[in-house]
Amino acid sequence: MSRWLIRRTAQMFAVVWGVMTLAFILAFIVPGDPARMVAGPNASPEAVANIRHELGLDQSLLTQYTHFIERLMHGNLGISFALQNQTVGSAIWRALPFTAALAIGGVLWEVVLGIPFGIISAYRPKSIFDRFSTFSALFGLSTPPFWLGLMLLYFLAFKLSIFPLNGVGHPLIWYLILPSFTLGVGGAAFYSRIVRTTVLNVLQSPFIEFAQLKGMPASLILRRHVIRHALMPIVTMIGMDLGYFLGGVLITESIFGIPGIGQLAFKSISTLDVPMITGTVLVASVFMVLMNFIVDVLYTFIDPRVRLQRNN
Amino acid sequence: MSKNDKPISDFKNSFEEIESALESTNFRSRAWGSLKADKVAFASVAVVIFLILVAIFAPFFAPKDPLFQYIDGLSDVGAPQGLGRHFLLGADQSGRDVLSRLIYGARVSLTVGIVATALASFIGVMIGAVSGYLGGWVESFLMRLTDIVLAFPILLFCIALIAVTGPSTKNVVLVIAFAYWTYLARIIRSQVLSLKEREFVIAARSLGLTTPQIIRRHIIPHLIPTIIVYSTLGVATSILIEASLSFLGIGVPLPQASWGEMISEGQKYFQTAPWLLVAPGVTMIIAVLAFNLMGDWLTDLFDTSAMGVKR
Amino acid sequence: MTMNQIPLVEVTDLKVYFKGSAGILKSRDIKAVDGVSFTISKGETLGIAGESGSGKSTLARSLIGINKPTSGSIAINGTQISSFKNSALRPIRKKLQMVFQDPYDSLDPRFTIFESISEGLQIRNLAKSEIKDEIANLLQTVKLPVSLASRYPKELSGGQRQRVAIARALATKPDLIICDEAVAALDVSVRAQILNLLQDIQQESGISYLFISHDLSTLRYISKNVAIMYAGKIVEIGSSDNVLTHPQHPYTKALISAVPNISGKRGTKIKSVGEPPDPANLPGGCAFNVRCHDVLPQCSIETPKLLLNLNDSKVACHATANNRNSDSSKGGELHV
Repeated sequence: MSRWLIRRTAQMFAVVWGVMTLAFILAFIVPGDPARMVAGPNASPEAVANIRHELGLDQSLLTQYTHFIERLMHGNLGISFALQNQTVGSAIWRALPFTAALAIGGVLWEVVLGIPFGIISAYRPKSIFDRFSTFSALFGLSTPPFWLGLMLLYFLAFKLSIFPLNGVGHPLIWYLILPSFTLGVGGAAFYSRIVRTTVLNVLQSPFIEFAQLKGMPASLILRRHVIRHALMPIVTMIGMDLGYFLGGVLITESIFGIPGIGQLAFKSISTLDVPMITGTVLVASVFMVLMNFIVDVLYTFIDPRVRLQRNN
Repeated sequence: MSKNDKPISDFKNSFEEIESALESTNFRSRAWGSLKADKVAFASVAVVIFLILVAIFAPFFAPKDPLFQYIDGLSDVGAPQGLGRHFLLGADQSGRDVLSRLIYGARVSLTVGIVATALASFIGVMIGAVSGYLGGWVESFLMRLTDIVLAFPILLFCIALIAVTGPSTKNVVLVIAFAYWTYLARIIRSQVLSLKEREFVIAARSLGLTTPQIIRRHIIPHLIPTIIVYSTLGVATSILIEASLSFLGIGVPLPQASWGEMISEGQKYFQTAPWLLVAPGVTMIIAVLAFNLMGDWLTDLFDTSAMGVKR
Repeated sequence: MTMNQIPLVEVTDLKVYFKGSAGILKSRDIKAVDGVSFTISKGETLGIAGESGSGKSTLARSLIGINKPTSGSIAINGTQISSFKNSALRPIRKKLQMVFQDPYDSLDPRFTIFESISEGLQIRNLAKSEIKDEIANLLQTVKLPVSLASRYPKELSGGQRQRVAIARALATKPDLIICDEAVAALDVSVRAQILNLLQDIQQESGISYLFISHDLSTLRYISKNVAIMYAGKIVEIGSSDNVLTHPQHPYTKALISAVPNISGKRGTKIKSVGEPPDPANLPGGCAFNVRCHDVLPQCSIETPKLLLNLNDSKVACHATANNRNSDSSKGGELHV
């Protein structure tokens, strides 16, 4: 187990390092001259050269790479080129609460819609509810999220004025209901399908039959056996989704005008703000890798079979 | 069973049997049977075929020129014409025919979806099959590579990449392929891991077949159901990604019509001309739904097949 | 066997270990095969018996090159194959073929019978017409109608598939066929037919078999010599008459006593306590000592050597060796 944990941790760092390198390469292949971008269009060639030197862009690639990694080791993401006198870290720190709230909201919608629909469908296969839920799930999976967002915005915010139209305000939760729904609906559809399949399998397994034979009440079977099995695959997906969402959800953020990490990254690309690009990309990847890791560790605690496997 | 009285000459006759058995209609008839029984599957396959035909013969299906800005497409005050006899699905803000743009848009969306998926499948199958079969450091390296790409924020990466290379249909295809191959590589690898322990693969090894021969003859054919299923679902996903990119203004370059671009443009005029948003949205839902449903049907079809992978 | 006669297969001190882990940061090898030696002469059959997990299948798979030996040597007709590279091995490897346990899995379900068998012929570089004739011949050898060539495995019965698997193995013109539980999954009547077929083929072509089975009566029927494996080691080896009628090792005795007697007469009941040991965590000394009834103090300390017994079989047991030493002066330590 601890052997596995050590290996898994090492693996996580290896992936993070790979992502850092990829981010560094990415920053390099972005076209245009960042020094000129910072200096402004009217700067003299000397001024541009000065700034290039200041930014360390005139050093060899290897030196720059070493500096880059060194800096990251100290948790320093650098200073933004485009936003005057701002560190990348503080910009991300300001955008993070919005993205985090949106991400948690999205996952909540996924869980609240996906799991009950999946379980009820599995208990009543081929019923009207099951057909309705299967069909809605298919629609949820097939609808372009940005289109759904626009439709919600038009009908519920513009026409009926139930929800605020755009941006963020007070209370934040009020402004996040539509965006988080838009974000979560695809996942909810996916969850309900997975849960339905898992629960159907569980309900047909011998140990459920045995529990019924020994007179265990249906509600207890549901609580003790069914839900636990149904949650297994969902745990992985929740973790992955959360990791993915935390990295910024550009489309949802831009439809609803939420100043999150996705928008920050998008703007930094259009202004060629290289430190900001690598910073946001890194933060997004680290969330992803970290959640992946947490899910893996969590798994060994909930699933005795996995624990056993990892012990050996 | 132990009939030993068949002369060898009999074998020459039965050799024709072999050739006919090779092109067995067995599978086809079973596929057809299940299609006839399952209305939803039938509809999805019909829609997919119809969409492909529409895309190929777009000039034949489209009532108007998708790029031409018709003067009568706009009202006297310059607002786009609504649905009517002249413009079946209305006109857009420049007086272009929405239906014709949708039809030509099918070309772009399907081409991007299918080509990108084919490319992603090829990369994913190669990397998954090789790493699963060879194991060892090759597998570790390829799988860590997959992890890194999976951990990377793909959409941001796409945007940056397109910022580098400039928007073009080719770039959109490459970017989607780059995002999707990792999923397939993981699935294929896990299947190969179990396939290579199957006795017929071990038998082939002991017969002295080379590794490329074994992968080609005994591994890849068993992956075909998986590849078909995930490619079908991949087309659906690719259409959505293409639309997202177009929505952000970095998809297929203008003035070519693509569904995502139509939604992106349409949102600006939505309050006065809602059809500009509804028409491409509904078209996309139908198309993606059809590919998803077809993928479901194929999953069921191959699952019950004795020719498929065991697990 | 005289000295100048090179045996077809000579396995010397073969070890196949797998990496396993035990506890924190400690790794311990799983000794699947641990110092096995035997020879098989042309036209002979060696049977190998043992419980599941005793290393029989690993032994078979290391012979055909699926599992790499950790140490020791395998020689075919006097040529060492364990040190060869894969590509160089290929022409020699086809001299050893295998027939597997599961007839439902050993033929590629996507291949017709014709295609399956022709894979074995491919290596012989035959012309297309020759291939057809050869396949017809092979099908006749295994007593299958030639018309089956166009069928898929799923259309065949288990016995028919096993015949196809034999035909495919024969296609490379091998010197030895390893049958790994090849009849275990078959009905008893079909089993007898397949065993007879294998014997017929042996009489005609002089092929050798390494026959792995947990079923002692099958082994007695088909093999000249029998080896009993326990926890990766051979504990008793000799002619099947000697080993199976006059077993010396307590483990062999336990195995034989576990075979139900069809006559209904009860033999002496010899109990073997407990389960097969965990291959990653074997007891010290003789691995059988925790289950043995004749256990001596030295059994848990010293691993017994495989020694020649009174009746020309070799046994690895301290207790038997003690008896023999007190009984007679014959024998002595022999290198295997």
